[in-house]
Amino acid sequence: MADIVATNETILVVGGGISGMTAAIEAAECGKQVILVEKTPAVGGRVSQLYKYFPKLCHPTCGLEINLRRLKANRNIRLLTMTEVASVSGETGNYQVTLKTAPRFVNENCTACGECGKAVEAEFDDEFNYGLKKRKGAWLVSNMAYPQRYVLDPRIIGTPDADKAKAACKYDAIDLDDSEQETTITVGAIIWATGWKPFDANKIQPYGYDRYRNVITSVEFERMMDPRGPTGGRILRPSDGKEAKNVAFIQCAGSRDRNYLKHCSRICCMASLKQTTYLREQFGDEGKSTVYYIDIRAIDRIDDFYQKVQADENVTFIKSKVASITQDKDENPVLNGVNTEGYQRYANTHDLVVLAIGMEPSTAGSDFPIDVAVNEHGFIEQDESNGSIFAAGCSSDALDVNRAVQSGTASALRAIQVINRVASTEG
Amino acid sequence: MSANVQAIESYRNSFLKEVEANVEEGDWVKMCMQCGVCSGSCPLGPYWEHPPQEIFMLIRAGKREEVLKSSSMWMCTSCYNCIARCPRELPITHIMHGLATYAERLGMAPKNQPTRKFALKFWDNLTKKGRVNELKLGVSLYFMNGFVEGIKTALKAMPLGMNMYKTKRLNPMEYFGGHGVKDTSGLKAILKKAEEIELAKLKKTDA
Ligand SMILES: Cc1cc2nc3c(=O)[nH]c(=O)nc-3n(C[C@H](O)[C@H](O)[C@H](O)COP(=O)(O)OP(=O)(O)OC[C@H]3O[C@@H](n4cnc5c(N)ncnc54)[C@H](O)[C@@H]3O)c2cc1C
Ligand code: SF4
Ligand code: SF4
Ligand code: SF4
Ligand code: SF4
Repeated sequence: MADIVATNETILVVGGGISGMTAAIEAAECGKQVILVEKTPAVGGRVSQLYKYFPKLCHPTCGLEINLRRLKANRNIRLLTMTEVASVSGETGNYQVTLKTAPRFVNENCTACGECGKAVEAEFDDEFNYGLKKRKGAWLVSNMAYPQRYVLDPRIIGTPDADKAKAACKYDAIDLDDSEQETTITVGAIIWATGWKPFDANKIQPYGYDRYRNVITSVEFERMMDPRGPTGGRILRPSDGKEAKNVAFIQCAGSRDRNYLKHCSRICCMASLKQTTYLREQFGDEGKSTVYYIDIRAIDRIDDFYQKVQADENVTFIKSKVASITQDKDENPVLNGVNTEGYQRYANTHDLVVLAIGMEPSTAGSDFPIDVAVNEHGFIEQDESNGSIFAAGCSSDALDVNRAVQSGTASALRAIQVINRVASTEG
Repeated sequence: MSANVQAIESYRNSFLKEVEANVEEGDWVKMCMQCGVCSGSCPLGPYWEHPPQEIFMLIRAGKREEVLKSSSMWMCTSCYNCIARCPRELPITHIMHGLATYAERLGMAPKNQPTRKFALKFWDNLTKKGRVNELKLGVSLYFMNGFVEGIKTALKAMPLGMNMYKTKRLNPMEYFGGHGVKDTSGLKAILKKAEEIELAKLKKTDA
């Protein structure tokens, strides 16, 4: 990667989700040089894993498409996928950053024709579908993946599958000698946009995610709705493949809880309200949703959405944090607790339980390559001591797409100010 | 005082303040967010008049008589299920026992509540010699509900008693005197002092 040109007038954006893409595009459209690094083989982040997104319920393809078009059209952005930051040193306006790029084994010649995927036999858990489905050892992350370029899983290298893939490719796009690359670059400002990860549901012992097959998380539910997802777009019970028409949503699963994440994850109330519309979409009046909540936090303009869902007769709201889940002999989850409006005790049986799982910063639990100020929840603070390292999107807070995009733009403006300062002192 | 604290202050009625001042861990009551997990998790919850979350609401609503005369907190078995799950980490078990103790001290506890009666017997038994005399405690429990009931229960428990005797778990001689700590009068002095301190605290908050 000797061809990466970067100076202290360059902005580095780490993370190619909606907020990182926004930051990179906004800065580049202002004429700044930007390097955008993304850990996975494609940009888009978690938004690309949603079926639809609130409040307008559009498919992510539409929101991402416009950004992808701007990204492709802009010559000021250099995108590096499968790349992570190994180390950062330096100070405001002048950082030395070492990047590590994992081998993809597929070069620019790839037309995404898919022949290599057909030829390879080995299958692995599909990360894009949270392991609910298998993918081939030569694969394209998703239909809308950008770049539209296949990847070979390093686990097939050195096996006959690798040779099969190479033989299948008519475009000379497969390079089995590809290897990890390390590059050190200089940049003036860094935008950290590595987003979020779902809280580990296995830790919520009373809900039995690790024990009951019909208890799933909200991110998995999104994948179920995708026609190319693990269930072909149908809401089915993992235990027996039957349609799940009576679905319980448990709010604050892992959030607002001193045993797990202390903060309110902010988006999960809206996410569940949105997901109740999936049941209506799929089963009409037969699709019943029950939302168990402490309080519904649908803020400002999305309150309209809440009111609409409240008016839906097929959606029941029960004010209660569910105490525990058990299951009956048919693997139906049974929710136990007390309805705090009236103090009635319940033991309600449902077909499927969706845990509205909390958002944790993706940096939680891992070492940050340079000291930055984070708050008690692990989100990066807007702090003087961070120099010209700025957080965007969900690495700064639990945010919805709208706010993640706003924060991406804000961080681009902050970075541009630094670059302008550097440029003027160097005259 | 910040504006926030001031606003919260106006919600704290006199009973909540009384609980905060006199009940063990009573300070925590205001932290409850009424999620319902404790009530839903309590194995005895279905049999309580007011499960914990409801008690906390009643305290905040200023329902002094309803709370202190209630048999509910006497039902707590200290299983700690509620504490393990409470998202706000309230020491619920301790508050339940604290409320029961406070009600007892004020003479408001329900007289015939069985766990209360047991607690008093346990205390009497323990404070005599500084060691629990299990035989005497057991026998006194058998007769808690009257003489005839007591004989019946004792007969039912006979095989168990014999087995305990054989494995040296039970010494019938304990009924006559029984073992204790070395310095019984020292123990009594400690307990007396502790009671004085507790009563002084109570007087101070009354004033
Ligand atoms: C169940 C659910 C449903 C939701 N539904 C909606 C909705 O309907 N509407 C809505 O507005 N919001 C919704 N959200 C919120 C939405 O997902 C977020 O607002 C959005 O993903 C934030 O984008 P981001 O770019 O900040 O983070 P991400 O989407 O997490 O993107 C981060 C990117 O950084 C990459 N990355 C991570 N670590 C590194 C690293 N070390 N180096 C390089 N790259 C890295 C990741 O691979 C990823 O591409 C939902 C969330 C959940 C949990
Ligand atoms: S690597 Fe070759 S075979 Fe595989 S998708 Fe690309 S062009 Fe097709
Ligand atoms: S947004 Fe709703 S479900 Fe999510 S943590 Fe906050 S209150 Fe709980
Ligand atoms: S579990 Fe904790 S926060 Fe919830 S109602 Fe009980 S005491 Fe209150
Ligand atoms: S500790 Fe007491 S209040 Fe808490 S769950 Fe157990 S019995 Fe109920």
